Amino acid sequence: MVDLYLLLIFMIIGAVIAVEVEDLLSAVVCVGTVGLALSMIFLILKAPDLAITQIVVEILCLIILIRATLKKDLPFSTSGRWLLNTGITVGFIGIFLYVASQALKELPAFGHPLMKVSETYLTDAVKQTGATNIVASIILDYRAYDTLGEATVLFTAVIGILAVVRRIGRKKQGEIIKEEDE
Amino acid sequence: MSKEHESGMSVIVKTITRLTVGLIFLFGIYILVHGHVSPGGGFAGGVIIALSFVHLMLAYGKEVSFKKLPRAVVHFFESFGALMFLGIALLGFTSGYFFINFISKGQPFKLFSAGIIPLCNIAISLKVGAGLFAIFLALVLLKFEAEKRK
Repeated sequence: MVDLYLLLIFMIIGAVIAVEVEDLLSAVVCVGTVGLALSMIFLILKAPDLAITQIVVEILCLIILIRATLKKDLPFSTSGRWLLNTGITVGFIGIFLYVASQALKELPAFGHPLMKVSETYLTDAVKQTGATNIVASIILDYRAYDTLGEATVLFTAVIGILAVVRRIGRKKQGEIIKEEDE
Repeated sequence: MSKEHESGMSVIVKTITRLTVGLIFLFGIYILVHGHVSPGGGFAGGVIIALSFVHLMLAYGKEVSFKKLPRAVVHFFESFGALMFLGIALLGFTSGYFFINFISKGQPFKLFSAGIIPLCNIAISLKVGAGLFAIFLALVLLKFEAEKRK
């Protein structure tokens, strides 16, 4: 339990530094430490599937962020109605904390899950699907519709990104663009 | 930065990349095909396969990477993975309903077991790997275009 809290504190510190630091590369590295700590938390909570996925996606996101944002000076605006903005932010944080504290009372205690549905999976999954990794048998057999929807979301995201950043759509008049650098 | 990228990174990075990129690719395939036996699965395996190509592209520049994996092939694999996943789901109608596990289950703990789950893993990994590599290509090339225009 102590190591879990230590990692959570580490994540919060990393996130705060990522927001506060001036250098963009340092901020990206701090975001990376948050993801690393999250994958270690998944390992401690006995979820190796999630830990593998988290660390791999984190590495890819980090590389993309570094390649896409490095040496690009984004304007940092501090002027404006900071009093109003801060007030609204604090108000919403208060509301969310109150609602969360009310909702978390209803949840089962940490480490004592409700075993209504998952008990069936744990006892019957290997017999019914033949897959010894029960996570895989759930996401690809019992809950395959969800995975299909998730795959559709990813497909739509990729198509959207390619449509927004492709170059061929914004050529000027008279400019000739070869097919290869589309 | 732009010129450095065109010709790739230094000799040390290129040598290490040559030694490791095949192992990374193999590890991705291992994670992917053992997704129903051990932790891992299609998503993580696909991302690791995409990372091996990203690694190649960062070290050697985009020409070498495009020679290994042209843009059209990336887009083909992305659509093929999505259609394969949907096709496996639709094939379930031959023996019942959508997404039924219509292949024989086999023995647990064996590589060829669990019916359609390994096939779904392969489809998802094709989709995820090609999709994330396409996003990487789009964002990085956009950045170099913007630098060139300056």
